[in-house]
Amino acid sequence: MSITHSLWKTGLKTGLIGGVVSVLLALIGMVEGFSQRDIINEVISMGHTLLLLVVVFITYLSAKRTTSRTKVLALVNSLVTGIVTGIFLVLLVILGNVVNLRSIFVNASPVLYNIMTFGQGLMNGSLLLLVVAALIGLLTGLVYLLPNLLRRVLVTSLSSVVLAGVVQDLLRPTLAAWGPIAVVSEWIFTANGLSLPGAIVLAVVIAIILLFWSFKGKAIQTGVKNLPSGQQRVLRYIGFSILILVFLILPQVLGLFLSEVLTIVGLYVLLGLGLNIVVGYAGLLDLGYVAFFAIGAYTAAILTSPELGFFHFSFWSALPIAIIMGIISGVILGIPVLKMRGDYLAIATLGFGEIIRILVLSDFLRPWLGGAQGVGKIPKASIGSFEFARPQEIYYLILAGCLLVIFISLRLRDSRLGRAWMAMREDEDVAQAMGINLVATKLLAFATGAGFSALSGAIFASKLSSVYPHSFNVMISINIICLIIVGGMGSIPGVIVGSVALVGLPELLREFAEYRLLVYGAALVVMMLLKPEGLWPAEIRRRELHEGEPKTTEQVLPPEGGLSSNEEGA
Amino acid sequence: MMAMLEIQHVHTYYGNIHALKDISLNIDKGEIVTLIGANGAGKSTTLKTISGLLRPRHGTIQFEGEDLTRYLPHEIVAKGVVQVPEGRRVFGRLTVTENLEMGAFAITDRQVISKNLERVFALFPRLKERRHQVAGTLSGGEQQMLATGRALMANPRVLLMDEPSMGLAPVLVDNIFDTIRQLHADGTTILLVEQNARIALQVASRGYVLQSGVILLNDTAENLRMNEMVRKAYLGES
Repeated sequence: MSITHSLWKTGLKTGLIGGVVSVLLALIGMVEGFSQRDIINEVISMGHTLLLLVVVFITYLSAKRTTSRTKVLALVNSLVTGIVTGIFLVLLVILGNVVNLRSIFVNASPVLYNIMTFGQGLMNGSLLLLVVAALIGLLTGLVYLLPNLLRRVLVTSLSSVVLAGVVQDLLRPTLAAWGPIAVVSEWIFTANGLSLPGAIVLAVVIAIILLFWSFKGKAIQTGVKNLPSGQQRVLRYIGFSILILVFLILPQVLGLFLSEVLTIVGLYVLLGLGLNIVVGYAGLLDLGYVAFFAIGAYTAAILTSPELGFFHFSFWSALPIAIIMGIISGVILGIPVLKMRGDYLAIATLGFGEIIRILVLSDFLRPWLGGAQGVGKIPKASIGSFEFARPQEIYYLILAGCLLVIFISLRLRDSRLGRAWMAMREDEDVAQAMGINLVATKLLAFATGAGFSALSGAIFASKLSSVYPHSFNVMISINIICLIIVGGMGSIPGVIVGSVALVGLPELLREFAEYRLLVYGAALVVMMLLKPEGLWPAEIRRRELHEGEPKTTEQVLPPEGGLSSNEEGA
Repeated sequence: MMAMLEIQHVHTYYGNIHALKDISLNIDKGEIVTLIGANGAGKSTTLKTISGLLRPRHGTIQFEGEDLTRYLPHEIVAKGVVQVPEGRRVFGRLTVTENLEMGAFAITDRQVISKNLERVFALFPRLKERRHQVAGTLSGGEQQMLATGRALMANPRVLLMDEPSMGLAPVLVDNIFDTIRQLHADGTTILLVEQNARIALQVASRGYVLQSGVILLNDTAENLRMNEMVRKAYLGES
């Protein structure tokens, strides 16, 4: 008897989690808020998708967590999970109809219940909800049991459809600008969501591409590898030039709003790359990083703004001074916290960030820094008669900054200093025993990161034409840490991916804006559980978190290899 | 002849705690000297004081005629006083080769580094076999080899070894001490700190017995092995 009992257990337990999560999402208003938009026109809204995706995810988890090897059991468990989650949702609907929950949960409105019951009324709708949840449980269980390849194809093509629906506002106007593609786009997208045939075709096309790649992909890859090295290099150059070209024409294609989003993402990439040196390379948890952003922005403001009237520098002559100010303040922060590690360092730096914000806010410094009103009339950067004024133009300024900072980051990582940072991050005491000068190494990490941040700040000031103290609160630091963790600590592509995911996506999805922090938190927890090394991890993190897996341990030395790195530097 | 490393009347404090009380010891070139004592006797403190991690309040540490107490830890490593840290402490996420290269951080001449690497691989063929393996996945004995090899990469003139036998199976302890003998035969000067007095006194030529921050005895290894007190307290004989 106890065996049959434990059969259920996984499904039941996971179902309880699923129930709580989906009820929570409904009660905080996400389901209702997302229902304005359809994923597939007239078929399924984003709110329903969100609710049902929770069920899909949780039932899949349940099937996966089934320890016993029998296939039926995985199916039973995911079915049970689906039913339990469904029961929770139905209970919420019934409870909401009996008792007025709105005095506590403002979002528990009749509209929400109407959405949850698919507009079918209390009795029929609740039943439908339960049946749908159970069906999803059954189907996910079946999908789990599919062979690997089929499952991957199915999951990827379906999630592509959902993704296309979610970012429809980005895709539709962009594709509309491209002659022949515009016709296809008109057919796939409606004014609200994908069209049903469009969604089906999209899923099928992606499935076919995936299948083709899984059968032929290896052959193509080895084909490319077998090419003579000269041709390979040409191929790589072609790919690289296409990439550069795409980046160069991007703002022209995307238009004003999306270019604005790109500039924000770009600024976070700059900030992220700087903090990546401090946190990712050197392993120093700095929570006051926004301070250097503020110092860069305010230095540029003071030097260029006619409103304050002290100096009348141009953007270009103020920029190096702003960076130098950042570097100096990085060292000034670094000195008192030299002996601190881990949590203590985090708290001390957090304090530093607040000190800077409060200083620029203070009435005492108002004549010089503008106080709460900030500093305005900051001139735009310009080259000759070309002015970086609109987002499409500022984009190029930020792109140039990003490329420069990426280049410096790459060179630093492979340098002697990069090695010293790595040793320090791994084990400070041993690094010292290896003959590494801890004081200099730490201060250089703080200074480099601060310099990048100040660069970002100066561009930010010129972009907005004004600086205000409230632009520099602690949330900026937290956002940057989050995007580094989600992207993958110490990884340069990771910073870019993290910025796009955590800064770009919320800008695009107006619905998310309100739940930004919740999504951050959930994303971090899910990341830590499923992919702790980040979306695009650095080699070394991958090694740490997948220790002992033969593939990674057998990996040959990274191409930048240690020996050559000793040529440079001291 | 003046000793290579000479510590005179050193007093080290942790805050108000007087950890080393008037320690004097010396090591000649090419010698293995051991420092034995129980937990908390001040063995590791002595090593930390030599390598500059702790600063003595009184006393001098002369290395080839220079006063080491004036230098910072990384400068002391550059002078050739290199430590193999207690508990091995390899860089767990780096490969064996990367760990060894990190050991040569103080050296900038590439040729010297590759020569040292070959030497370490010749001394520990096991490390050569596993040179691409991540150090955290090595066994305890291999990690001790790696920690020793890493220190050798820095061209040590004096090697400070902190409890190399710690946490290792007896057969691996024998292995490590065979290596120490071999290093000695190659002319390396070693200060060996050990709790395992029996094996330490077998490889060392001289020894110091440390207790509560004070040097109790200072004699040749042979005499110490015969010493009634040492036999009772540290060799477990009656």
